[in-house]
Amino acid sequence: MRTPEPTFALVDCNSFYASCERVFRPDLAKTPIVVLSNNDGCVIARSYDAKPFVKMGAPYFQIKDTLSQHGIKAFSSNYALYGQMSERVMTLIESMVAGSEVYSIDEIFCDLTGQPGDLTTFGRSIRERVMMATSIPVGVGIAHTKTLAKLANHTAKRLLQHTGGVVDICDPFKRDWVLRNMAVSEVWGVGGRLTAHLQAMGIQSAMDLAKADPVMLRAKFSVVLERTARELAGVSCLALDDPDSPKQEICCSRMFGTRLTKLAPIKEAVATYTARAAEKLRAQGSLCKKMRISIKTGMFNPDEAKYANGVLIELPYPTHDTLLMTNAATYAVERIFRDGYRYSKAEVLLLDLRQPGEYTDDLFALTQPKRCEQLMNTLDSINARWGRGTLRAATVPIAPDWGMRREFMSQSYTTRMDQLWKVSAH
Amino acid sequence: MSFTILGSLASSTIPLPLFACRVPAGFPSPAADHFEKHISLDELFDIRAPHIYLVKIEGDSMNGAGLFTGDLVIVDRGREARHGDIVIAALNGEPVCKRLHHKGRELILQSENAAYPARYILESDEMTIWGVVRYSVRDHAYA
Repeated sequence: MRTPEPTFALVDCNSFYASCERVFRPDLAKTPIVVLSNNDGCVIARSYDAKPFVKMGAPYFQIKDTLSQHGIKAFSSNYALYGQMSERVMTLIESMVAGSEVYSIDEIFCDLTGQPGDLTTFGRSIRERVMMATSIPVGVGIAHTKTLAKLANHTAKRLLQHTGGVVDICDPFKRDWVLRNMAVSEVWGVGGRLTAHLQAMGIQSAMDLAKADPVMLRAKFSVVLERTARELAGVSCLALDDPDSPKQEICCSRMFGTRLTKLAPIKEAVATYTARAAEKLRAQGSLCKKMRISIKTGMFNPDEAKYANGVLIELPYPTHDTLLMTNAATYAVERIFRDGYRYSKAEVLLLDLRQPGEYTDDLFALTQPKRCEQLMNTLDSINARWGRGTLRAATVPIAPDWGMRREFMSQSYTTRMDQLWKVSAH
Repeated sequence: MSFTILGSLASSTIPLPLFACRVPAGFPSPAADHFEKHISLDELFDIRAPHIYLVKIEGDSMNGAGLFTGDLVIVDRGREARHGDIVIAALNGEPVCKRLHHKGRELILQSENAAYPARYILESDEMTIWGVVRYSVRDHAYA
């Protein structure tokens, strides 16, 4: 028997953040929605019906009037809700396919190699199951390479009425039709500047890129573009990534809700970010040997004095101990804090990550005490059971004054017992 | 009121031990052969499944069905709503908890409290079934 040709599906959620906001708000089914970035700064997501009126990235204060004029509802970003809904969608899809790779919060690649039956029908069943279980609409693109699956998905979205949200371009005739009718700028990984270069060479459509000489593309541009062209021509070069490969760095950085001028609240913020970063570190089962703590003022306001500084900390031994790391981080902040500035942001970066027992520096090098591991396990299980931040270092406040501005935040419908959806039986 | 003892269920993240057994040094526990798995309400209610949601009830229109204000209901979006199911529905955009009835070709959202009339779904109404109520949980602590 000959081995079946590799086949991929890219499933992505339509206007994901806006769709999440609608799950528990059936009253907003026909109301256009935008979601704002951290601190309610600018628009980061729009429902379909909001797209004609609001640009992506538009600052909130500039479009307030437009929003009320068109009856568009704004939400602060509720990542607890989006993360949880994403998990539901991904779990459902993973249960339906042989292999998968979660590509982002709202996209997942699936391995459909050898999947029996009609693939469009299968794509529709994915769509229906996800819609039923979560009420989140998804689009499905199916093809023999990941890059083509991405294009198929794009087509499914663009011609929603015609396609019902599922497009299978495994058939070479359909594939070529899509390639001819897709601008090269829409191809996965081809950005604005590259597009200009390609157009100057007469490469306008995705088809032109598929037919371009791969060797020339590698010589003139990069091996990445060469691979893209080969994938467009139907040769699979990208496999599903190993989803379990742990991250090499962990970063937790956020803007403060207001500018901070005093040391104490900045220490609180850094302690909070450290706790979060350490939690991520433990979740992937790693230890870290170095941390980098940095703080900075706003960099764009010409009337404000600018300052940015960071410091690298060498920890005594590879660790995932929140308390030790918090101590080190707050000490570091004391060292780099300067009076007289208005600080806007802090960042905690964990570096030099290792797996436990991976290697020891030398025989006499210190290692993390056993009891610390037990303490952190207990900490994580208490926080998993009762909610993040139930048990925390005393430097981490419950309701910080420097927290993010989130004036239009929806409830934590799925992650907080006290904020569940209330349904009336009147 | 009669009740049935539940058998053993598979364990999950929050185990309630059926019985604890400490093994004394030297002697094998006679209970070891009869050791059972843990009961898990998570698994009984399938609460980690992607199609299951927790919802809080407000109001008295479903008292007759044993649903009271403050009750927690476990809602299943993975099943088709049938005649007689208690459902969470969106009626013209407003979420409500009622019992679904099919009468011929008519759909009715029925309350379980004489004070509330049945709501016949008209052609001009827009109704979608959000999910089917499977279980309910109430805190019985006295005051």
